[in-house]
Amino acid sequence: MAGITRFGSYVPFFRVQRTALGGGRGARAVASHDEDSVSMAVEAARDALRGAAAPELLLFATTSGAYAEKTNAATVQAALGLPEQIASAELGGSTRMGLAALGLGLDAATAGRRALVSAADVVIGAPGGSRESGGGDAAVAFVTGPDSEACARLLGRASATTELLDVWRLPEERFAKQWEERFGAEVLGPALVDAATRALKDAKVEPTELSHVILDATNPRAAAGLPRALRLKPEQLADGLESQVGRAGAAHAGLVLASVLDQAKPGARILVTSLADGCEALVFEVTDRIAAARPRHTVAGWIGSKRDDLAYNNWLKWRGILPFEPPRRPDPERPAAPPMRRNERWKMAFEGARCTRCQTGHLPPQRVCIHCGAIDEMAPERFADRGCKVATFTLDHLAYSLQPPVVAAVVDFEGGGRLTCELTDVEPASVAIGNELEMTFRRLYTGQGVHNYFWKARPRR
Amino acid sequence: MASHGIRDRVAIVGMGCTPFGEHWDKGADDLLVDACKDAYASARVEPAAVDAYWLGTMGSGISGLLLSEALKIPYKPVTRLENMCATGSEALRNAAYAVASGAYDLVMAVGVEKLKDSGYSGLVSSRPPDDGTLPTMTAPAMFSLLAPAYAKKYGVDEGTLKDVISRIAWKNHVNGAKNPKAQFRSEVPIEKIKSSPRVAGMFGVFDCSGVSDGSAAAILCRAEDAHKYTDKPIFIKALAFAAGPAEGFFNQEYDFTTFQEVVESCRDAYAQAGIRNPREEVSMAEVHDCFTATELVLMEDMGFSARGQAWKDVLDGRFDGDGPQPVNPDGGLKSFGHPIGASGLRMMYEMWLQLRGEAGARQIRDPKLGLTHNLGGQPGRCVSFVSVVGR
Repeated sequence: MAGITRFGSYVPFFRVQRTALGGGRGARAVASHDEDSVSMAVEAARDALRGAAAPELLLFATTSGAYAEKTNAATVQAALGLPEQIASAELGGSTRMGLAALGLGLDAATAGRRALVSAADVVIGAPGGSRESGGGDAAVAFVTGPDSEACARLLGRASATTELLDVWRLPEERFAKQWEERFGAEVLGPALVDAATRALKDAKVEPTELSHVILDATNPRAAAGLPRALRLKPEQLADGLESQVGRAGAAHAGLVLASVLDQAKPGARILVTSLADGCEALVFEVTDRIAAARPRHTVAGWIGSKRDDLAYNNWLKWRGILPFEPPRRPDPERPAAPPMRRNERWKMAFEGARCTRCQTGHLPPQRVCIHCGAIDEMAPERFADRGCKVATFTLDHLAYSLQPPVVAAVVDFEGGGRLTCELTDVEPASVAIGNELEMTFRRLYTGQGVHNYFWKARPRR
Repeated sequence: MASHGIRDRVAIVGMGCTPFGEHWDKGADDLLVDACKDAYASARVEPAAVDAYWLGTMGSGISGLLLSEALKIPYKPVTRLENMCATGSEALRNAAYAVASGAYDLVMAVGVEKLKDSGYSGLVSSRPPDDGTLPTMTAPAMFSLLAPAYAKKYGVDEGTLKDVISRIAWKNHVNGAKNPKAQFRSEVPIEKIKSSPRVAGMFGVFDCSGVSDGSAAAILCRAEDAHKYTDKPIFIKALAFAAGPAEGFFNQEYDFTTFQEVVESCRDAYAQAGIRNPREEVSMAEVHDCFTATELVLMEDMGFSARGQAWKDVLDGRFDGDGPQPVNPDGGLKSFGHPIGASGLRMMYEMWLQLRGEAGARQIRDPKLGLTHNLGGQPGRCVSFVSVVGR
């Protein structure tokens, strides 16, 4: 068998209060204007890969791919600095695909290939509807590997595939639609009970032995029957994070699993399910490797690091739902394919250069050393995970941005190297020389139908 | 290997300059015709007497044809060049060398920019296709990095520094108000400057130079021929230029309180002109005040003020139009306006008027040496031009 060897999560910085959406409790997480499913997947995967063995397969699941045609997983691969010699595949079409991808990643691990499984979603709904208010934006990532390295060992599993009209969206439509909930519950409820029962049988685990049960469904009513059917006690049910994050599409089941793994004790058994056009059910046992496998950021940590008063109209603007008056500045130019390709290690992996003669760091990579003038004596070096500080900064009220003012800073890296870049997830008034920052992968803008990904700095979260 | 200069070998014998501002009714070609027509008249020459041309524009056209077509110049060499905001000065520098080399007898340096047709706020420039990773800061944002860095390094509180930069804007508006060709011809109360809407960092609208249309031109010849064209030629004492390796973008030690490019180009220019103490020997200067804090830092880089002392000199009025060392007596980029390719030659136009005693209400008493300084780029990554001229 196989298991999860490492994991990581990501919840963006902004929250919209449900009271601002016409009612409901708590807040939902909102990806910033410079984030999408791809950039968020990168953030979660960076944490999961810290200290992990290199994967041979990358899986990416989302219902909100940045491109409808073009391998989003390749962007994830490049931003993580993973070698090109890995396999990748993308899953989409329903929110179940996040957990389905984890299942496939575990299959690969069983077959001897370590996999990086990432899932992310930016969930929008028609203004005023329950998908808008109940959804959330987040990402999660798992590394799968052999049983001997697992922090959560797979004990058993079951799947189901169900053809029905429950949640759907045509390619040209912005918002998904959903059939009457009672009908979906009628069909999917039994599918969940059946799959969960089969998975537990496969795992040889009794429902009473479960420490944590994770329920994820397009239709909460459809999942409500499982605790009754398995006679679960309320304390066995994991917090679904509805009031702090919202249901994060294809990332949701995995995100809740990550939040459980953030705290679970060795020996704990977990049933995780995801219900959408069928069902995935996986049973895990936490091993004593869990403490060493934990990521730097917990889900609770991400949830606690926030700005929780994003105005509704700004959010609609960020998602392109609400038209707005553009600044009197030129529209951003699309980046060009050949320079993006030849500078890929810089643009995507944030790989600079260090002079092998005098050790001076360079961002972007240079051929000639600024300090000693040596030509072509550089070694590549990834700066993505290196700490940095504000050397000086400014608030640019004139530059084009979906969240003016642009906070621009000159950033100095530990161990040398300097970059002028944008700050994100930042309170303009709180920026000061010497502030500690970390780098984050973002979609700077979309120009003429091309997404422009690059790195920004943000205050440490 | 050395920079020898061409001190006193080349003279400017005629100049022209359009008013700067919003010329909704004129294209770049019209502006070129206006400036050149003035310059020909000023040197009392027919267009046919000019042997070669250098045309500076950042983006208002391409190639020498922009000029030769507008002026119907018949089959003569016209070089088009660009060096960011120092473009106009580069036209002059290259034209001067052509004369000094003996290749031509009479040449013309022309600069033009037509910025107001874009419909955008601030300066807009196009760049070649790229990978999308270059910083997208606007010009005011890039230069606004100077202010907090200067305040911190020299222990000036930000309120005082705001007073200092506001006074620079105020001074340049006072000067521009006396200049019939300036874009902004009114004095602006210092409180209005201080409270103007923020553009970037500490900069408000009044800390930024004017975006404008305009053109300027100069006619040059060898010094010994100068009196054929005018009784009051001015002579080039020094021409210096420095393009930096973008050190400030890479080196953590760069602290945004200086332009090394300016320091180096000034050192070369002063050596060429034999200037030992610029604070005492330079009678007046037109400097690149693209933003108010730029002018502050320039005073130190150019040796007009000691390090960390320029803010006091500004408050003392040292650089006022009637002060001991007037800076930007014509109003500068701030008030005269900044049509990129024309600005360097506009600065020289003020030297031309001042040294000939033709500057009217803003005439400086008996100036000996004048300096023009032109900067292109941003703190840490720029090009710098310096000239010294005199009678």
